[in-house]
Amino acid sequence: MDYINAFWVGGVICALAQILMEKTKMLPGRIMVTLVCTGAVLGAIGIYEPIMEYAGAGASVPLLGFGNLLWKGMKEAVDQNGFIGLFMGGFTSCAVGVSGALVLGYLASLIFQPKMRK
Amino acid sequence: MTQQMGSQSLQFAEAPFILSSASVVGKKEGEGPLGKQFDMVCDSDKFGEDCWEESESTMQKEAAALAMGKASLKPADIRYIFAGDLLGQTIATSFGLMNYEIPLFGLYGACSTCGEALSLGAMCVAAGYADHVLAITSSHFASAEKQFRFPVEYANQRPLSATWTVTGSGAFVVGKSGGKAKITGITTGVITDYGIRDSMNMGAAMAPAASKLIVQNFKDFGRTPKDYDKIITGDLGYVGQEILCKLVKDEGYDISSVHMDCGIEIFDKEEQGTQSGGSGCGCSATTLSAHFLPQVESGKLQRILFVPTGAMLSQVSFNEGQNVPGTAHGVIIEHAC
Repeated sequence: MDYINAFWVGGVICALAQILMEKTKMLPGRIMVTLVCTGAVLGAIGIYEPIMEYAGAGASVPLLGFGNLLWKGMKEAVDQNGFIGLFMGGFTSCAVGVSGALVLGYLASLIFQPKMRK
Repeated sequence: MTQQMGSQSLQFAEAPFILSSASVVGKKEGEGPLGKQFDMVCDSDKFGEDCWEESESTMQKEAAALAMGKASLKPADIRYIFAGDLLGQTIATSFGLMNYEIPLFGLYGACSTCGEALSLGAMCVAAGYADHVLAITSSHFASAEKQFRFPVEYANQRPLSATWTVTGSGAFVVGKSGGKAKITGITTGVITDYGIRDSMNMGAAMAPAASKLIVQNFKDFGRTPKDYDKIITGDLGYVGQEILCKLVKDEGYDISSVHMDCGIEIFDKEEQGTQSGGSGCGCSATTLSAHFLPQVESGKLQRILFVPTGAMLSQVSFNEGQNVPGTAHGVIIEHAC
């Protein structure tokens, strides 16, 4: 059941983003930023956490989950350190994801060669 | 006779000839409807190099060598090269052609560069400043995507109005005498801004420039669409073609029966998934060389107006939210017996 929930929630999020790609003139970068910001806002008003409990990776892996993670880290850091936490929390909580992407991206570039699109 | 026609055109008293031409393309172009007509098709798109920019340089080098060879000329016989490409500071040209040690004028007219190079080359020969010049341009799908949109590795999705940058290079030897096609006149375009901001919709950005140029050509030479067997634009694609025919019609000329577009000819959009058609400097240059020029040389087409169009944007202007202005260069090519 976990897999099914992850699949359909993640699928719905991707479908919504695809509608933005197809029906608006927004560039991909802007759509990505919109997703991250939306995730942070949904997290802040307490909507995203229940969705993540329900769908697991289906909600945490898309960019909305990244936005939610930024907000969560920020909140914890502000609770602990006050004002200065604003500048700490976001990076701390997303450190695993960002470093992982950098290191794995680098490894992939060593193994694979760029190819033409068909 | 006066050689200056109207406000933007020249009619050469002694028309220079296109002695030879060559086209070198990548795999996808080779699989397209014109595949068998190109001189050289490379299977890998890398042309034996390590990165896309070097591949594009090699493509230009090969096209230049083929064109000179077909005209039985050596690099020392070429007085000047007029060349350009789409990359920043036109590196594909500089790096690709430097070993020939031929004096070179580097040009940037975006996808209209082929017309710009042929125009300047023809002016140079017609004025007696050179016996032989080489006009050459190139574009490469992967290097152009990196330059203007996103690197191919990023795997960005492409909207339907996006054109497909042609991997190819076309070279032309222009000389005083000897060929079966001659450049009898040119019309040089002005930069036209139609308020388009979408770098994925170049056809719409360039169609107004093409329309202005074609109408100006009619006025400068006192001609009508009937005077041309074909009016061939560079890379407006399906979207741009519609806009062009409408804009020219608004000016009182109907070109829909004589208009063709290299971007539409070079790919099969259903089979090859190229959406709006091909684009890039290489699109108009290779299609002219492989498809249209032989028809002019054989006499099947007596007089054509070749109008490659360019979208004059850069990453900087685009990121700063500027419009995408367009330009176009018209070259009149006639059969010579």
